[in-house]
Formats: sequence, structure tokens, C-alpha cells
Amino acid sequence: MKTPTSRISRRTFVKGTGLAAILTSHRAPAWAQGTKLHIVRWVDFIPEADVELKRQAPEASKALGAEVVLEFINFNDLQPRITAAVQSGSGADIIMMLYNWPHLYANSLVDLSDVADPIGKAQGGYYDVFQSTARVGGKWLAVPHGVVGNAIAYRRSWHAEIGVKEFPKTWDEWREVGKKLKAKGRPVGQALGHSAGDPPTFSYPLLWSFGGAEVDQSGKKVVINSKNTIEALKFMQAFWKDACDEGGLAWDDTSNNRAFHAGEISATLNGASIYIVAKRQQDKIKDAKGEPLVQDIEHAALLPKGPAGQFAMYVPFQHTVMQYSKNQKLAKDFLRWLHQDANYEKWFQVNEGYSVGSTKKWEEHPMWKKVDKPLQVFRQAARQSRMLGHPGPATGKATESYTKYIIVDMFAKAVQGTKAEDAAKWAEGELKKIYEG
Amino acid sequence: MKKPIAGGSGSAARLEVALPHPRTSQPARLTRWLESERLLATMLLTPTVVLLGLFIAYPFVMGVWLSLSSTSVGNVGHFVGAKNFVKAWNDSIFRTAFWNTSYYTFWATILKLSLGMWLALLLNRHFRGKRLVRASMLLPFIVPTVLSTFAWRWMFDPTFSVLNWLLYRTGAITTKLPFLSDGTYGLWCAIVVNTWRGMPFFAITLLAGLQTINPDLHEAASLDGANGWRRFWHVTWPLLKPVTLVVVVFSIIQTFSDFQLIYVLTGGGPANSTHLLATYAYQIGVAAGLLGEGAAISLTMLPVLFIVVWVQLRYLRRLDGA
Repeated sequence: MKTPTSRISRRTFVKGTGLAAILTSHRAPAWAQGTKLHIVRWVDFIPEADVELKRQAPEASKALGAEVVLEFINFNDLQPRITAAVQSGSGADIIMMLYNWPHLYANSLVDLSDVADPIGKAQGGYYDVFQSTARVGGKWLAVPHGVVGNAIAYRRSWHAEIGVKEFPKTWDEWREVGKKLKAKGRPVGQALGHSAGDPPTFSYPLLWSFGGAEVDQSGKKVVINSKNTIEALKFMQAFWKDACDEGGLAWDDTSNNRAFHAGEISATLNGASIYIVAKRQQDKIKDAKGEPLVQDIEHAALLPKGPAGQFAMYVPFQHTVMQYSKNQKLAKDFLRWLHQDANYEKWFQVNEGYSVGSTKKWEEHPMWKKVDKPLQVFRQAARQSRMLGHPGPATGKATESYTKYIIVDMFAKAVQGTKAEDAAKWAEGELKKIYEG
Repeated sequence: MKKPIAGGSGSAARLEVALPHPRTSQPARLTRWLESERLLATMLLTPTVVLLGLFIAYPFVMGVWLSLSSTSVGNVGHFVGAKNFVKAWNDSIFRTAFWNTSYYTFWATILKLSLGMWLALLLNRHFRGKRLVRASMLLPFIVPTVLSTFAWRWMFDPTFSVLNWLLYRTGAITTKLPFLSDGTYGLWCAIVVNTWRGMPFFAITLLAGLQTINPDLHEAASLDGANGWRRFWHVTWPLLKPVTLVVVVFSIIQTFSDFQLIYVLTGGGPANSTHLLATYAYQIGVAAGLLGEGAAISLTMLPVLFIVVWVQLRYLRRLDGA
């Protein structure tokens, strides 16, 4: 008679020992030989941030048992790249997205709630802005990665020379200050061309601060053609003529960095990259006296106040996993790995405040005690960001309007001589095609 | 089987030769097939037809389908008839892009033709280093457009333009010229760059045409007292007209559908004032992901180009007939 014994099948044994091996080695199982995880990100304005990620790639490859390949492209080329990848059903497994792009590509993205939720909970919660950018229909379609805040970088000494010790608080004050500086050949520099970063992060808050908006709170009714918008446009026409470098109409996101470093402009809305690059290249970037330019750079947080208040639109960055990807699980594992404190922290510190964390936990990081005073403005900047479509929801329609540069072009038309009323009317026509068409 | 040899006569001369059986084996059939002109033509044409089908016909049919559908990135879409075309026509940016494309093509072609002709006439003369000059003239045509346009972009840069610097230093201007920050300037900058890039193609082709003209004709015209202009107008131009028309047709097609140059130089800005149909179609279809609308904008180029090419080729045929 056979005695009942607890028999372990060969399959159970293999499973059990395999899992034990993973647990003891602290390593994920190796994927099929030759498996590659392809990640597309922008070319960072802080070159060291990309260097750090490249340095981490072999570590990630080792931990995940698959080759992690990073590709960095111009961020104005990200959207065309996404379209091509989605339509051809092939390309990178993970693509970095800005603003609320996940809304526009929602049908092609993997639900990442099982990755994003635990990270958010463990790190004190994501900034509110991500609720409207990375979350679509109650699901996290992207894992928030960071927020690039912006502030006005300005030349302290040049402002002091005309008696300005504190940066102007209102738009009208800035116009007056800018007028004096432009008269001395030191204009304000602002990009108003077709570029994904600086032109929209300036134009939208300016519009909101005068009480203008694309749509109402429902996000369905176009309200751009309003008295407030026209006021904003009239202000911009005067500000442009009096205070700005009019070449800004052809600028992209790199132009103001170069112009500032070359001593061509007195102030510009930008991320911390102007300061950080000047600091890290002190031997190259100098002022007219031959002193390191970084010593003369100050930051004013938030654009000035308008009649309706003070607003900011920062750039949230998030990672998405594409539905066509054959490595979806691996991609999720990579994102979990990337957000482990030990790995994320290194990238975060290299940024020195240019990109802050996606969760509030990083506001308390010891790095903030060490960073220079002008960079401290970025510490809690992400708390204040509004998003495309404000005051309505940040829908795919808002992304479409942003991608077509309608608000940016409305201001660009106005400063080129189109009457403020006509520019607002033009924008209304274009927006109605998107929201009500 | 034994058969008498044809032509044999008389019994004495009658020879009987054993002939082989007609061959019905595989190689014979293959040889016959290979000798068939129809089959050979089919075999030779098949790869070309397949390639054309894959890379020309399929994308074209796909483009037509997309233009009639509401397809957007990640969404299959449905048939919407001519809605995308109507939407495009009611779009002020599309109308600007259409006008810009026509303006850009017209002036760039005129400039390329006149300067190309002038250059070809110069190069048709004998001088030292002629071969070197001819070869170096092709440089703008050889350098990748994106690369050369980047160089031009630096020269037209709103802040660091070397041209502005030069003009300012020589006292020609007192304030910077808004090369790329003004729509009109921007479009003319693009026309200049296009002319610079496309002129060698005109010059080399026209030069080839010039060299087929018999010098005796010029000599005869000179003896009859014709001056340089008359010789050009009554001898050179009529003989060069067919070549010129072909070059102009090619140039119009290339210029009307130009993308790279504007994309790199201005990106369609400022405020869409330099968009061409191709760059606007790209912005709507690829960047914004509205593939149906983008395809419709792109396809509006087809009838325009078709009419232009048809008129010119008809004229060319008439010239041939004459």
C-alpha cells in the first residue's frame, strides 16, 4: 500500500527553484536572448541628464536581463515619431511624452496603472498636473517622470543699472523695464515660432493672466474671442514692439539659451538650463567683462501678474508603453526600475532643479539644501502648473490645438501687425474646427 | 520513323535518313517560352510593376483612401467623402499655404531658369578651368538639402546672422533685416535657397542642350549680321525649347511639392506665413496625427501639378510636330 506523500512535480520544482533563484539574486529573469527594450526620449537641455541615463542603461540591462537601448531625439520630432510608430505598428517600446499628449494617443497606449499607482502612493503622490496629463479615463496611460519648470532668467546687473532691484511683478511693469533695456540694446528674448516648449509656455499663461481662454470650463465651448483675449493681444503687441527682440518670431527653444549666453538679451522665460549650462561651462560662457556669466543670472518665478492673476504652464514629462510593443511586461519592469529611489535619485540630482520629480517626495531631497539660490525657485514650481485646455479639462482637443500652435500663432499674428480683434477672430475660427467641428 | 529527304529525286538518289523524334521534353518547352516575346516582356516587366505597385500605386491609393476618411493616429476612421477637402478649403492656413506654394514655385522656377540659362551660356564658352568650374557648380545639388539648408538657416539667423553682421559692418543697414522672422522675407529667403540649390540642375541640362546645337548655325547667323541677342533668340532658344520645357516640368513638380527646405528653414512660421502645402500637410497629418486631413491637403497638389504638366507636355508635343 502506498503511503500518501506530498509529491513535487518536476514543473513545480523548476518553478519553485527559479523563483527562489530570482529572489536570492535580486535579479529579474532573463528575457529571450537578444531581447531589446527600445526607449525614445528627447535630447535634454541638460546634457548630463542624458549622460546619466546612458550610464544607467547597462545597469538596467543587467537587472532586467534584456538590453536597454536609449535613443534621444529633438523634442519637436517626438510627435511625428509617435505618429509614424503607431501607424506602422512598430518602433520604440517606450516613448516619452510631454504635456497631455497621452490623451491624443490614448488608443495606442498600454494601461500603466499597475506601475504608476504604486510609485505615486509610495512617493507622497504625484503633482496634480499629472492627473490631467498622464491619466485618461481613470487609467494611468503614462508613468509621470518629471516636470520642467520655467522662470524668467534675467541679467541682475543690467537690471540694476536701470534701477531695477526686484524683477517686475506685473506685465505693465515688465513692459516699462523692458523698454528701457531694449533702448540700450538689451531686449527681452521670447520665442514665438513653431516650437514645442517656450512659445506655448509663454503664450498660454499670458492669455490666462488677462482672463482669456480657449474654451470654457466644460471644455466644449470656444470662448477665445473675448474682450480679455483682445486685451492680452493688445498688451503683447505693445510689449513686443517696446521690449522684445523681434527676431523671436523665428526662434525655437534653443534660440533664447544661445542669445542669453551670448549677451544678446536681458531676460527670457526658460527652464533652469540657461543657469545650469552657464554654471557648468563657466570657462566658456562669460559676460563682457570676462567674468563667468552665471554670477549675473537670477530667476524670477512665474510670469508677471495680469488683471486676472498670475499663471504658469510647466512641461510635464511622462513615459508611455506602446500597445504594439511585444515587450510590454519588460517595459513596465523597466519603468519600475527607473523609479526606484536609488536609480531615480541619480538622474534627479544631475538635473539640479531643471527637471524636478514627478512626486512631491522629491521636494524634500537633501539636494535642495545644496543647490544655488537662483535654482531654489524650481523646488515647488510643479505645484502651480496649469495645463493645456485650462480652465476646461486637458483633453485631446486641447492637445490638437497646441500641436497646431493656434494660441502661439494668434499672438504671433498680432505682433506682426494683424489687428488684435482679427487675430482673436482667426483663433476662434481655428478652435471651433477643433472643439465644435 | 524514316522520312525521305525533301528535294530528293529518283530511286538511286533516294536517301533515307533516320531523323530523331520531335522533342517533347521540358527544356524544349522552356526554350519555346523563353523565345516567346510576350512572355519575356511579362517577365522583364514584372519586377518593375511590382515595385511601382508597392511604392507608388499602393501609397497613392492609400493616400486617396485616407483623404476620404476620418483616420487619425491610432484610429481607423470611416469614410467621410469630400469633408476633408471642404475643411481644407475653408481653412485660412491652407489657403495661405496654397498661395505660398504657387508663389514659391513660380518665382523659384523663373529664377532657376534665367540664372541657369545664363550660367549654361557662360559655361558653353571656352575658358581655362572650364571643367573645374562645371564640376564645382554641381556642389549645391550634391550636398544633402537638409545640411545645406541648416547652413543657410545660420546665415539667416535672427540673432547671429552673418549676413546681417556683414551688411551692418559695411554700413548697408542700420537695423537687422528680419530674414526669417517676417513672413515675406522668410518666403523670399526660401526662394533664394531653392534657386541656389536648383540652378545647377537647370544649368547642366541646358548646357547639354546647348552642346547639341550645330555651331554652323551660329556662324551663318553671324555672317548674316545677327548680333548676340538675335543669335540667342532666333537660333539658340528655338532649338533649346524642348529641353527647357522638360527641365521646367521637372522643376515645377519638385518645387511645388518641396518639403525639406521650408521644414528646416522656417518650419512654416512665423504664424504659418511660410507654410507650403507639403509642410502644412505634414504638420496636420503627421505632427497633429490627423492623417485624413493631412492626406487631403497633400492631394490637392495633384490636380494642379497634373494640369501644369499636361499643358506643358502638350506644348512640347506640338513643338515636336512642328
